[in-house]
Amino acid sequence: MSDVILQIKSLNVRFGGIQAVNGISMDVKKGKIVTLIGANGAGKSTILRSVSGIVKPESGEILFEGDNILGLSPDAIVARGITLVPEGRRVFPNLTVLENLKMGAYLRKDNYDEDLAYVYRLFPRLSERHWQLAGTLSGGEQQMLAVGRALMSRPKLIMMDEPSLGLAPLVVRDIFSIIRTINDNGITVLLIEQNANMALKTCHYGYVIETGNIIMEGEGEQLLSDERVKEAYLGKSKAK
Amino acid sequence: MWNQNKRTICNLLLVAALILTLVLIELLAPSTSMWFSVLRKVCTFALAAVSMNLLNGFTGLFSLGQAGFMLLGAYTYAILTIPVDMRSNVFRNYGDSLIRFQMPLVPALLLAGLIAAFFAFLIGLPVLRLKSDYLAIATLGFAEIVRGLVQLQNFGPVTNGPDPINMFTAPKNILVYAAISGISILIIVLIINSTYGRAFKAIRDDEIAAEAMGINLAHHKRLSFIISSFFCGIAGAMMAMCNTSVSSVSFTSAMTYQILLVVVIGGIGSISGSIIAAFIFYASSEWWLKFLDLETYTDAGAKIPLLGPGFRMVVFSILIMIIVLFFRQGIMGTREISVYDGILRIKNLFMKKSVKGGVKDE
Repeated sequence: MSDVILQIKSLNVRFGGIQAVNGISMDVKKGKIVTLIGANGAGKSTILRSVSGIVKPESGEILFEGDNILGLSPDAIVARGITLVPEGRRVFPNLTVLENLKMGAYLRKDNYDEDLAYVYRLFPRLSERHWQLAGTLSGGEQQMLAVGRALMSRPKLIMMDEPSLGLAPLVVRDIFSIIRTINDNGITVLLIEQNANMALKTCHYGYVIETGNIIMEGEGEQLLSDERVKEAYLGKSKAK
Repeated sequence: MWNQNKRTICNLLLVAALILTLVLIELLAPSTSMWFSVLRKVCTFALAAVSMNLLNGFTGLFSLGQAGFMLLGAYTYAILTIPVDMRSNVFRNYGDSLIRFQMPLVPALLLAGLIAAFFAFLIGLPVLRLKSDYLAIATLGFAEIVRGLVQLQNFGPVTNGPDPINMFTAPKNILVYAAISGISILIIVLIINSTYGRAFKAIRDDEIAAEAMGINLAHHKRLSFIISSFFCGIAGAMMAMCNTSVSSVSFTSAMTYQILLVVVIGGIGSISGSIIAAFIFYASSEWWLKFLDLETYTDAGAKIPLLGPGFRMVVFSILIMIIVLFFRQGIMGTREISVYDGILRIKNLFMKKSVKGGVKDE
């Protein structure tokens, strides 16, 4: 069990009468990229938000490195080493790029110059534009900033909510190659994607979620070749 | 970095020039000059506007409780600085004052801020869960409740009930006001430029992202509310000094709206904007436009039309509308004044180069 960094046990989340997540259990292994795919409203984002403490689940358990983190405040969870890259980038538009990155390291009392240099190495664009207001960056650059900002807290687990949302195909490829680089550097990644093709190619393990339930799980390649996944998410009909 | 240093030096020079001007006015202007009463008021409301800006412009919390906190500060300061032998005279309707000592100016000012901050802490606990308009209504309600409570007969021995408090220490020297206001604003600027200030701005920009970065929203909102109220209390004490008399009727919600107006005209999120706007606002409403209220006759004896009591506010309101129409973001927007950038811009203008107002420091 020691290689499982995040374990979710029968998680239930309700929003005003709607069961958003219905008794989901899943494991994220240390050092891997794990992806959740599924249609809009399947409950993917809700799972990430529950893990990061922004949403309060009804019941269930969330174990991070063996400790139950359910019910902890979001800042306590960030302090333990879980960071969320929120959906839609959500950079701070009126702060400069550098200030945005510093916000990522908000809870850290130690020196983070090294991490800043690391983020600038990953995203040279951010270094060029460090004085610019984040609101004036392009969509792709804002996504890079959102990822860089999350890395500044030096997380053990980074959770990304649809990093490819609204980005040009070329930029999406860049983002996914960055995700692989981050993972190669030893950070576990939990990824949510609509772009199932790209996500399944990148990940080590995947879960397919539909209306609050896991309907399938397996290695990325295995899911990629599954007929049902192909039909539902990859745009290939059965007849072909 | 070098450009940043030049910018700092230029701004320090500007502050020095401002101080010099104030000293010259204090020394040279005739004692009947309007400069004195206007500048005292400007200092007071510049601080009130900056403290409101910290909350509304930098943390994104729309609060309208300013009058309440200023009232608390004004009463605390006034009650504590009445000379002991005057007390029975001031509180004659209630026998005598319960408080039988007099405090020096600076500790009384600090206590004025602390009392306001303490009440901010208390009402912040329930009220800061609310957002935008609802928060505004709740804080507005708080200000009205405080105004009502202070007038109660039962509190008479402390607050003098509905009767005004006077005879307390009220310096006349404008440099005293400038010093109190200047030091307070400097502290607020330092807070805004600290990591806490950055967290406030992050909350203003995007609460969800701020929470995801590990910023404790409740804690930081409360902190901003308490700091803002502390300086509001001090501004209230300064207002007491200005008026040399404190009465709860002067702390109406209309005063809060005036401060809000100053903040909006100056630019929500700009400290120097608030200060400039406070000057323009109070200098024109209390001084430059005063002539509009007087019935004036030409040499031939004909009355100049429109001039008369109340006309000043008509012109003043039109001026405000014009400012808001032409400066959608307020005079300064979210920028701060920078002498160096201004010089650069003028220089570039003469060299006929296209200019960009961007602040790039390398």
